[in-house]
Amino acid sequence: MKRKLISAVVAGAFALAPVAMAQQKPAAGKISDGVVKVGVLSDMSGLYSDLGGQGSVVAAQMAVDDFGKTVLGAKIEIVSADHQNNAETGANRVREWFDRQQVDMVTDVLNSAVGIASGKVANEKKKLMMNVGAASTRLTNEDCNPHTIHYAYDTYALANGTGKAIVKTGGDTWFFLTADYAFGHSLESDTANVVRATGGKVVGQVRHPLNAADFSSFLLQAQTSKAKIVGLANAGGDTINSIKAANEFGITKNQSLAGLLVFITDIHSLGLNTAQGMLLTDGFYWDFDDKNREFAKKFFAKMKKMPSMIHAGVYSATMNYLKAIQAAGTDDALAVVAQMKKGNVSDFFLRNGMLREDNRMIHDMYLMQVKKQSESKYPWDYYTLKATIPAAEAFQPLSASRCPLIKK
Amino acid sequence: MTEIFGIPLQAFLSQLLLGLVNGSFYAMLSLGLAVIFGLLNIVNFAHGTFYMMGAFGAWLLLQYLGLNYWFALILSPIAVGLLGVLVEKSMLRWLYKLDHLYGLLLTFGLALVLEGLFRQQFGVSGQPYQVPDLLRGATNLGFMILPNYRAWVVVASLVVCFATWYVIERTKLGAYLRAGTENPALTQAFGVNVPRMVTLTYAFGVALAGFAGVLASPIIQVNPLMGNNIIIVVFAVVVIGGMGSILGSILTGLSLGVIEGLTKVFYPEASSTVVFVIMAIVLLVRPAGLFGKEK
Repeated sequence: MKRKLISAVVAGAFALAPVAMAQQKPAAGKISDGVVKVGVLSDMSGLYSDLGGQGSVVAAQMAVDDFGKTVLGAKIEIVSADHQNNAETGANRVREWFDRQQVDMVTDVLNSAVGIASGKVANEKKKLMMNVGAASTRLTNEDCNPHTIHYAYDTYALANGTGKAIVKTGGDTWFFLTADYAFGHSLESDTANVVRATGGKVVGQVRHPLNAADFSSFLLQAQTSKAKIVGLANAGGDTINSIKAANEFGITKNQSLAGLLVFITDIHSLGLNTAQGMLLTDGFYWDFDDKNREFAKKFFAKMKKMPSMIHAGVYSATMNYLKAIQAAGTDDALAVVAQMKKGNVSDFFLRNGMLREDNRMIHDMYLMQVKKQSESKYPWDYYTLKATIPAAEAFQPLSASRCPLIKK
Repeated sequence: MTEIFGIPLQAFLSQLLLGLVNGSFYAMLSLGLAVIFGLLNIVNFAHGTFYMMGAFGAWLLLQYLGLNYWFALILSPIAVGLLGVLVEKSMLRWLYKLDHLYGLLLTFGLALVLEGLFRQQFGVSGQPYQVPDLLRGATNLGFMILPNYRAWVVVASLVVCFATWYVIERTKLGAYLRAGTENPALTQAFGVNVPRMVTLTYAFGVALAGFAGVLASPIIQVNPLMGNNIIIVVFAVVVIGGMGSILGSILTGLSLGVIEGLTKVFYPEASSTVVFVIMAIVLLVRPAGLFGKEK
């Protein structure tokens, strides 16, 4: 009899145990799988890996460390992967992360082709992508979806900043040197629109393959066009080699280059003698003020280089994501997005930051000019601030949005 | 203005010349590959990496020892060649009797490792390297402004390529080399030290890649990925020219550079694929390559 009772109690205890355990879970907040995982997907080895790459992983980790390593009692983890600038590789990795590794949010995702493909996966899996690295405006227009936030910059903002400034100072005929994929096309067409709207003219363009080995041939075509401005609608190593070849062929004597997406790591690599005087639009400059310098110095201690806009953006995105989970009390993607739309997202990266209806994060952008060698006083002292472009003007107005989510 | 296919003659000629510059690099690199394949039967996938290391050699010599371009042009290929000796003696040696595939896999792995190390150390944005003072400036050719440095690249590479061809095809040393290729056992029986010849051939082949790397360094950013970008095209060149054919690889290299250059004018989007289209056609029509012999 006694033995029977004991067995019953034991059996009962076992039967109840899962319930008790299940009840313990909500105590850790409404966190799916009991862990918050952030996936940093970037180009870890190719031509863009200095803009994002390992630096983005470090930036995300810094945000987690600064936040406190847990949110609503659940652990925060970072995973990372290399998409090799291949949309399919990237999208497959993101799918695997969401399906099998309990990843809740992916960030960085530079390269527009990868960004667009990964955004579709995020939407399908009801998880979040906070895209920092990709530039194409398609992310908040044709390809916009409730689970994709476009965080740092886009081709409209770049075109609007640099294009407008150059046309206004007399650079009214343009020839484009364009990287032949989603990003390059988007940057070219956005800039061409700005140039035309400001009273300039586009006289031609040439499309080069991504990661081209030699640019002299394309630049010669730009030279023959006699346009005043050669707009470089490319990025990373392609921009660097275009600028180098343009100097070599003496194109910069009669024509000016407009780097439409230039990162500080590119300037560092080119050297000021080659890059001086160039106008560019950036979303972050490490030497802007004390707050930026504070982040930059911590980053520098780990990476031995100053953070690019993407690195600072990944930090800010990760931080805001964790804060929104904390405030919303859940890691449900749409609840987190709704929380961020309530406001209070501004930080050193997002000045006057606001998450718009179309999931475009807007914030102040900066028109910069590259310093001359003689003006540069210390390492990485590269830019002079020419103008701050207010958040409300920097990005494509909502009225022009082609995003189906927007009710007009 | 005279036009060819709707392109001004001027632009046409300048693109032709630029194609020749790129072709010079293809020629030098594919020549090294052809020499190595001819004697060692190794498909040297690490060739692009040696090219990259030649360029880094130049940059490192300038950065840390203050040695200028002209020293680099001699020292960097020698250093790359020595590394080649090391690789051949320690690794490749064991693979000659095996299938081609093993040599390919080994050199491919080696390329990944070396490239990874450089990427880890130097990042991918690359290091700037200035054109040497003597070759600064540009010459007005009437139809285009040609930077002096590019003209130098064409001259230097043509001299090196044809000197190599001459040594292999027209001298006694070359005769040993060719004999070693045909029948190593018999050549050895005649008192020629074939293993040493093999080592030196490999070293020479990769030194040629190193030399091309130094030549390229003032033109493009010295960057761990630079070998990666060019090597695939160079392999296509070797396949089109015929594996192991010396003259074939030089001529194919130059002419494909020109064809690619012209594609950049007529249909730029295809400029990265045109070489492979030609490769496919050549393989269908002449599987041994334009200059290769059926075995």
